Amino acid sequence: MSDMVYYILCSFLIIGVLCGIALMSKVKHSLKGNLLSSVCMALAILITLYKYNIMSDLSLWICIAAGLVMGLWGAYKVKMINMPQVVAMLNGFGGAASAIVASIALLENQTANLFSFITGGIALGVGTVTLTGSLVAGGKLQGILPQKPVFWKKHSFIISSSLMIIVMSVLAIAISGTDRTILSVMVALCVVFSGFFGLAFTIRVGGADMPITISLLNSLSGVAGAIAGMVISDPLLISVGGVVGASGLLLTQIMCNAMNRPLKDILLGKSTVGSQGTGHGNSDESVTNISEQEAPEPMNSEKETQKTDPAAILSEAKKVIIVPGYGMALAQAQEQVKQLTDKLEEKGAEVLFAIHPVAGRMPGHMNVLLCEVDIPYEKLCEMDEINPRFKECDVALVVGANDVVNPAANTAIGTPIYGMPVLEVDKARHIIICNYDLKPGYAGVENPLYRRKEGVTLLLGDARDTIEKLISKIQTGL
Amino acid sequence: MSPFFMIVIFVISTIVGYKLIRNVPSLLHTPLMSGMNALSGITIIGALSATGAAVRTGNRLLGFLAIFLAMLNVSGGFAVTHRMLGMFRQKEAQNE
Repeated sequence: MSDMVYYILCSFLIIGVLCGIALMSKVKHSLKGNLLSSVCMALAILITLYKYNIMSDLSLWICIAAGLVMGLWGAYKVKMINMPQVVAMLNGFGGAASAIVASIALLENQTANLFSFITGGIALGVGTVTLTGSLVAGGKLQGILPQKPVFWKKHSFIISSSLMIIVMSVLAIAISGTDRTILSVMVALCVVFSGFFGLAFTIRVGGADMPITISLLNSLSGVAGAIAGMVISDPLLISVGGVVGASGLLLTQIMCNAMNRPLKDILLGKSTVGSQGTGHGNSDESVTNISEQEAPEPMNSEKETQKTDPAAILSEAKKVIIVPGYGMALAQAQEQVKQLTDKLEEKGAEVLFAIHPVAGRMPGHMNVLLCEVDIPYEKLCEMDEINPRFKECDVALVVGANDVVNPAANTAIGTPIYGMPVLEVDKARHIIICNYDLKPGYAGVENPLYRRKEGVTLLLGDARDTIEKLISKIQTGL
Repeated sequence: MSPFFMIVIFVISTIVGYKLIRNVPSLLHTPLMSGMNALSGITIIGALSATGAAVRTGNRLLGFLAIFLAMLNVSGGFAVTHRMLGMFRQKEAQNE
């Protein structure tokens, strides 16, 4: 196949992939978009096999088949709550594959000029950083590694010096030219220190900042691919890698804006070092340990001091807005939330969901969990859309969310969440909060809603039990 | 292909991609990410061509690993995206 024909085919495939992404902008067409992208990918693989005359190389087909089967099997098995880990791992695999492509190109002397040597070194570095960074992120999300940011002595010094070594090894790769021994040593050096760098920089990011880290790693996996494409002069790889890089970057930006924190602070682990001190970052742990501790009485004493019963309030409500958070996911309360929604709708109430951009552990996490239990996506509202509606709603029901509804974000200057746009539940006529405990959220800032006497009902305990009790109370109250 | 041309391709794709992805509603951000995961598996074509041309056994084995990982990325990414997008149902469709 001549280069010209290949480039023309590539441009068609790139347009196909871009159309696929464009179709994702409407939920209705998104499935088609995904199919279109996957068809383009399949064609790209076939064209590559044909172009390099390796169609008949059986071992390649075996690897493809193995990856295909494993991928499909894994995708079929995975639970939606584990989605963030899965995305993290897939990012890592993509990065690893790009790093390997670069290293083969370097070690096999497939690299022809200075440009491909430099890009080879960079692709190797970025790919390896993506791999180890994703492994650490995945480990944190899965609970294998501590969710809290881990700080080493002289952490920043370690990070910057390993970065220096990476840069120098890349330069050494570039000038080593054809000397194979130096080249191999430098490739190994680059891999080792990039791997270490990925580990060092993800380990100090806290659990709640994972949406940002994953988005960033997503971007890196694309960039690694694009640079690997430069090594082997493949326009398709460069282009699609660039698109993925852009996507990850955009999501990172959205997440940072939603938290009102510069990316730098999050990567430096500043996020959770709040001035508030006590108990910060503990809420995650305590929620995870639900089963180990004795759950507090769900309908706690505050109920007595308040004359209004939450079930009665909900029964009478005409407009209800439910605010889900990561606590809902941890308690696996989605199904109960759906039942409650149905029950309220039966009674003629209008139920909407308010989704904060950073609720959960990855962008759009809550949407996926709620859609999984058959809640129609029209009911899931973005923050800007739903915020003006809180003042006309009768009840705001908070399920396992804390920082994203904390009105202190508007007032508590100097705290990590100050200036972060929040869901304005405090405007609602009545607020029911189903959280595990009264500890401050991940950001470590106390929530003034917990102390408010009027219009707030606190239902402490496991969200699943709490909502189940609410449902049965509403039912018997009929 | 000249380095300059390659960098131009990279920059243009990044800009076009950025513009298109900005239109994706936040509702779909998780499937968008897993879809992008799948796309980053495009590196499989690099893995295939590099492995196909590799002569040293060690490098070939590395290449096999790269193909496997990239394919895992592609198939897993697309399949999981498909599964998720299938869950996004509309009200009307539900009542039918």
